[in-house]
Amino acid sequence: MISLIKRPQPSKTWMVATPVLAVIVTMILGGLLFAAMGKDPFVAIRTIFWDPLFSPDFAAYSRPQLLVKAAPLILIAIGLSLGFKAGIWNIGAEGQYIMGAICGAAIGLAFYPMEAWFIFPLMVIGGALGGFLWGLIPALCKTKFNAPEILVSLMLVYFAEQIMIAVSLGALRNPEGNGFPGSRNLAQYASSANPELIAGTGAHWGVMAAFAAVVAAYVLLSKHMLGFQIRVTGESPRAAGFAGVNSKRLIIFCLGTSGALAGLAGLFEVTGPAGQITTSFNTGYGFTAIIVAFLGRLNPIGIMLAGLLLALTFIGGELAQFMLSLPSASIQVFQGMLLMTLLAMDILVNYKIVWRKKEAV
Amino acid sequence: MFKKILATTALAVGLAGAAFADDKTKVGFVYVGPINDGGWTQGHDHGRQELEKHFGDKVETVFVENVPEGPDAERIMTQMALTGTDIIFATSFGFMDPTINVAAKFPDVKFEHATGYKQADNVSVYSARFYEGRAIQGTIAGRMTKSNIVGYIGSVPIPEVVRGINSAYIHAKKVNPDVEFKVIWIYEWMNPAKEADAAKALLEQGADVILQHTDSTAPLAAAKEAGAIGFGQASDMYDFAPNPRVSSIIDDWAPYYIERTQAVMDGTWSSTNTWGGIASGMVGIGEITDAVPADVKAEALAMKDAIVAGTYHPFTGPLNKQDGTPWLAEGEVADDGALAGMSFYVEGLTGEIPQ
Repeated sequence: MISLIKRPQPSKTWMVATPVLAVIVTMILGGLLFAAMGKDPFVAIRTIFWDPLFSPDFAAYSRPQLLVKAAPLILIAIGLSLGFKAGIWNIGAEGQYIMGAICGAAIGLAFYPMEAWFIFPLMVIGGALGGFLWGLIPALCKTKFNAPEILVSLMLVYFAEQIMIAVSLGALRNPEGNGFPGSRNLAQYASSANPELIAGTGAHWGVMAAFAAVVAAYVLLSKHMLGFQIRVTGESPRAAGFAGVNSKRLIIFCLGTSGALAGLAGLFEVTGPAGQITTSFNTGYGFTAIIVAFLGRLNPIGIMLAGLLLALTFIGGELAQFMLSLPSASIQVFQGMLLMTLLAMDILVNYKIVWRKKEAV
Repeated sequence: MFKKILATTALAVGLAGAAFADDKTKVGFVYVGPINDGGWTQGHDHGRQELEKHFGDKVETVFVENVPEGPDAERIMTQMALTGTDIIFATSFGFMDPTINVAAKFPDVKFEHATGYKQADNVSVYSARFYEGRAIQGTIAGRMTKSNIVGYIGSVPIPEVVRGINSAYIHAKKVNPDVEFKVIWIYEWMNPAKEADAAKALLEQGADVILQHTDSTAPLAAAKEAGAIGFGQASDMYDFAPNPRVSSIIDDWAPYYIERTQAVMDGTWSSTNTWGGIASGMVGIGEITDAVPADVKAEALAMKDAIVAGTYHPFTGPLNKQDGTPWLAEGEVADDGALAGMSFYVEGLTGEIPQ
């Protein structure tokens, strides 16, 4: 019979091994699902995981796209992970992402059609500031009125969506858009464009920022006093109090930083891949990043890998849809399986599985 | 960047050409909603299936559903183009800029964008004169309403949607001078929860006829519960007949898809701007059920016949804009240019177009 024994400490080995195991288990379960739908499971799994990376026909295009898709996820998730580690729950990154994009875009559009080198840097600052201020609202509500940041930050997403709709129909609307909603295309305006920095890599400024954020978060958490404070607050708020952690300042720091990073992600998206503010600009990166943060175990390197993995399933999933005629719902089920399996595997990290013979009475 | 992609593309196309030398024409579809939404996307997917039936082994169709409007659409179309697709139909307004961007990278692939206004050498645009169907709906709505309040669920405030509201209102007003329109915008094409909420809000405000420019059947379900009537949108939605669905506007894209694919096969494809109406079959009027009195039905069908015959245009003066300024003089007919960019309400409509 099987029994579980709690480990005194989470197993380091299993912490690294479970994500790999989870991917393998998901491939098997997913293969069964696709087989049940009458598709060749091996072809389906290959299309999702292998072809975007190595297909001779189109991998040269889809590999860079992986970075484009993963960058906002990683950038946002890094910010969220700081707060999550300290038990500060920013659920509203989607709203901060939108507000960053709007503020940055507004600055760029205000200068249109002037061409100058300083416009893009100003927009970047505007994007970070927009997200930062939007993240500050739940922080201040928490520190001043003890309002739960989960609810406040989440509600502010819907608020931000309404502002986004209002500006794409009003203040930021393209005057040459034939009465259609949406701003001018920022990617086609040289001073505000965020193009690929090295041809064929997909790496725009947002990708650079995402990698920089990974490194910065790693250093912060492992070497800096603030990182220690974040960790200790998450593990034991009481102990943190004794250690002299100013919890209010920490709340403002965590929500503000994650807001700023989400805002940056929005800005890089609107100036690059998306190009314009429209009524449907946001596509859920802020919410998916929550999954990425946990999938990466709130560890910067883990988050980077999780972001890339999730991006791979998005891109491979699309390929599977049109190459194998799989319905989009089955791809979502598959992604869900991956997350569920990974979380279920956590049992191996915290528990030891032991086989015991039934004892004779 | 483009150079490298182009080089890879050339290689890929070369490979694909060698691999798929069986000269099947590959047709791609990009959908904004799920293929079983019961409305807009289902209509397009029906067109895809008809295309397959028509050409049999000569075509291969591929599609991706639930595609967000933006960079995701651009990536999907690029990958379709890279895998040897010959012609791609992008079936939502928000795919406009992505379509133009991808088309610039693949001059040999043909693109067709629905309901937009940006053309290129390898990008055609196509849409349907839904406003002709709206005129018929408006007539029925004006006759059928007892509360004199007609609810209208607006999706995204683009000219196509504004045109529909104007057309329905003009014709409801013509047969019922006391009629009043209430419009709720949901800023999405397809969101059953929001559509149901909007329908309920309109019903609570006294509406007993619900018109919708959104893609799901949720408004009809809400209307049914409240004993109100509505219309099928984009697909027939006949499951809700005879009540609350008393008629419908059906988009029939199949003939267009077949014609354009044939043009690709023949090598005669060129960039065009198509705007088909009831006469060309792109807009169909679903069966008017017995819930509508016979005289109203006859009136509606007479209008349909007049539109088909070209003797009646739904936007015929005298018509004023909402602020009272004259738009069309007595007997004057709106030209397509004015209709394509229509961003104002006609006189009598209350509320504002969001901006």
